[in-house]
Amino acid sequence: MCMYKMGVIGDKDSILGFKALGLSVFPVTQPEQAARLIHKLAKENYVILFVTESLAQDIKETIDRYGSQPFPIITLIPNNAGSMGLGMEGIKSNVEKAVGVDILFGERG
Amino acid sequence: MAIMRVNPTRMELTRLKTRLQVAVRGHKLLKDKRDEMMRKFLDLIKQNKELRERVEQKLTLAFKDFVMARAVMSSEVLEEAIMFPTRRVEIKPSIGNIMGVAVPVIEYKEVIDQELSPYPYSFAATSAELDGAIAAFSDILPLMVELAQIEKTCQMLADEIEKTRRRVNALEYVIIPQLQETIRYITMKLDENERGNRTRLMKVKDMLEEKNANV
Repeated sequence: MCMYKMGVIGDKDSILGFKALGLSVFPVTQPEQAARLIHKLAKENYVILFVTESLAQDIKETIDRYGSQPFPIITLIPNNAGSMGLGMEGIKSNVEKAVGVDILFGERG
Repeated sequence: MAIMRVNPTRMELTRLKTRLQVAVRGHKLLKDKRDEMMRKFLDLIKQNKELRERVEQKLTLAFKDFVMARAVMSSEVLEEAIMFPTRRVEIKPSIGNIMGVAVPVIEYKEVIDQELSPYPYSFAATSAELDGAIAAFSDILPLMVELAQIEKTCQMLADEIEKTRRRVNALEYVIIPQLQETIRYITMKLDENERGNRTRLMKVKDMLEEKNANV
């Protein structure tokens, strides 16, 4: 019995492929819809939620709300239009928060 | 540095000295905690960055395949083809601990039924691009799970490091100097009282002796 689940939230064209791997796929187009969905799934047994960057950029507050607890993990993934760099931005802001200055991406600008 | 508003008494002095001891000890401990967390964090964040780069790159390629598959097949057929997955992923979440920070740990297991093909459809009705996309997705999934775990750990560590650093700084630059200053103030005040008392006694003694000599 698979108690804990993984979900993918994003536009249908990008995420449908994950269905073949046994993940739950939630095609969503509106940011508000996605925010509500995340709240709902967080109460269920979803451990990891992959959210496409294009959706995530409009529901930052919702995603940040789950930042301080271990589960569910909300991870940003690029969609079929390519990466928007939001995920990397997250890593960068973590470095800045912890170290004070950006030491990982400094060499690039 | 401002001193605290306290009564310059011996009792207060003892109390403040104990507080100072606790503060210094706490400061040392927190500083050690911060340093160790920072070391762990730097290790993890490097991994995190590499992993994310890899995942994003691979995922973009896989999406390209998938878009192609979608383009050459009708969406009903495609949806039907992947409606019932033959494989299942099992994940077991638990809570790990890095320097007192509760971090997520995920055990990942893919359940593959050996008798079934990894593709949940017959090859006759689907295009080859779909096979490629599905294969690519299933390659990436373990990486994605690892990425999710590491990224969350980094995020929580970063929060905790920030908090700890604030505490260390507050102790180092505010509380400890304040306590030291106040302790100094009370000691001076008590010494001054002591000296005042002594001179008074000496003066009284002189006056008494003068009186006795005159009589």
